[in-house]
Amino acid sequence: MAKQATRDAYGKALVTLGAENKDIVVLDADLSKSTKTADFAKHYPERFFNMGIAEANLMGTAAGLAAAGKIPFASTFAIFATGRAFEQIRNSIAYPKLNVKIAATHAGVTVGEDGGSHQAVEDVAIMRAVPNMTVLVPADGEETRQVIRAAADYEGPVYIRMGRLDVPLLFDDNYKFEIGKANVLREGSNCVVFANGVMVAAALEAAQDLEEEGLDVAVVNVASVKPLDVETIVACAQKTGAAVTAEEHNIIGGLGSAVAEVLSEYRPTPLVRVGMKDTFGESGRPLELLEKYGLTKKEVVEAVKAVIARK
Amino acid sequence: MSVIELKRMANQIRQDIITMLVPAKSGHPGGSLSAADILAVLYFHEMNVNPEDPHWVDRDRFVLAKGHAAPVLYAALVEKGFFPKEEILGLRQTGRILQGHPDMKKVPGVDMSTGSLGQGLSAANGMALAGKLDKKDFRVYVVLGDGEMAEGQVWEAAMAAAHYKLDNVIAVLDYNGLQIDGTTDKIMSSDPLNDKWKAFGWHVIEVDGHDIEDLLAAFAEAKSIKGKPTILIARTVKGKGVSFMENQVGWHGNAPNAEQAEQALKELGEEAARLG
Repeated sequence: MAKQATRDAYGKALVTLGAENKDIVVLDADLSKSTKTADFAKHYPERFFNMGIAEANLMGTAAGLAAAGKIPFASTFAIFATGRAFEQIRNSIAYPKLNVKIAATHAGVTVGEDGGSHQAVEDVAIMRAVPNMTVLVPADGEETRQVIRAAADYEGPVYIRMGRLDVPLLFDDNYKFEIGKANVLREGSNCVVFANGVMVAAALEAAQDLEEEGLDVAVVNVASVKPLDVETIVACAQKTGAAVTAEEHNIIGGLGSAVAEVLSEYRPTPLVRVGMKDTFGESGRPLELLEKYGLTKKEVVEAVKAVIARK
Repeated sequence: MSVIELKRMANQIRQDIITMLVPAKSGHPGGSLSAADILAVLYFHEMNVNPEDPHWVDRDRFVLAKGHAAPVLYAALVEKGFFPKEEILGLRQTGRILQGHPDMKKVPGVDMSTGSLGQGLSAANGMALAGKLDKKDFRVYVVLGDGEMAEGQVWEAAMAAAHYKLDNVIAVLDYNGLQIDGTTDKIMSSDPLNDKWKAFGWHVIEVDGHDIEDLLAAFAEAKSIKGKPTILIARTVKGKGVSFMENQVGWHGNAPNAEQAEQALKELGEEAARLG
């Protein structure tokens, strides 16, 4: 299967959007080769601002650019965006609802060798709790392309979570991403798996394996973590009576929590969360880390079986 | 406005500050009063703004980095006609527009939401970069506090403004020497500020922040500087204009009661009478 990192798709999408809309500007914090904003910088140097290794100032400057009518994409690694510059995002961007797109790459353990200090496992939780913030987690290159476009078209702050690792290309241009909508990728009647990011591919593989064992499992891509597609999530839970969430993020505060909140409120359903089990990552090869921290199809398969047993 | 008219305006702004803090029963008089002359010069001489069209794209922008001095900004805006005078009596009250710290979503004329110290200059830089990109000649004015100098982001932003040659940014440092816990030299020394800003690539002008003519001359000089941002290091007195508030750290974040306000307004009224 062909692969592409979501950060690569982001870099390319920016170049395309940059040609269409002169108000799009990009800021980076000395990581443009890694976040892939370097392509935009090459094409539109006058609209690219390298802020140096100063993430707080990067977010504040992006806020000012937005206040004066620009559409800034502020890029750095997920940990520095949401960690180092949290309060700038909160007070300078989200509170005044300024039109800044926080495009963060290198989320999760698939950062790999750089280790736990650089692997954000809590960024979705942090951003999800901020009022006015939209939180999007694309699963592949095509979805990233559409997410970036949707974020640019949307008026207001958006957090976009992307990864470093090359991941399978799952979708073609028939796929349709929409802010606030979950995508049912596969129907099923025994259980539903809500996944996003790198775990969508794992969930699809798991569903296929389970089919061979006679289990009919639905897979839903929840790229829009906030706003959340409550209707689709509740309907799928109602139909299947058992739910699993899968994300490359702490099981606290991310997609698992979001789904749990909705289900306990509207449709109590047995649920198992697959994700980082409230632990930091470490240095290693990305695929080995996914395996070590339980972020593969194997865990999804086990979770589905476990939750079905609890029906 | 003439110099005498600006002096009268600064006095009016001070009266408004006292007036609005009484029903609010909380807020920051000291750092508001210290910046009154600066704001009077900015809004009634320096800046090109239109109260009828607060979002006019070509306007000069203002960022109150020391957002807790919101009363001085609200006073300047209300005297300029951005919103009705009665609004100032709703300061800090539920359901009213005048928040404890400036909120650009609620208050006409507020160009940036501020209050968390250290963030204002970055936002001002962003506006200035946008102005340069769009080849517009508006300027971005920003008032910083001296206690705020301890925030690292100020220096990130100072570095960036010089790097991007933002000569359309004019900062004013309200150098009143006091912060919540005491004098700035005791809490966290930031001197020598002149040398620091110079070393960060800024044009620095030292000015008496209560001398209208001095301020006018400094802004004129700032506008003539090309290729780098300018900062006015404005020596001020916290609580300026109200005898019992001047240089008193206790008046950083406490509102006057009705009796204290009466005394303050009496003094300011006498000053107004002297100004004719």
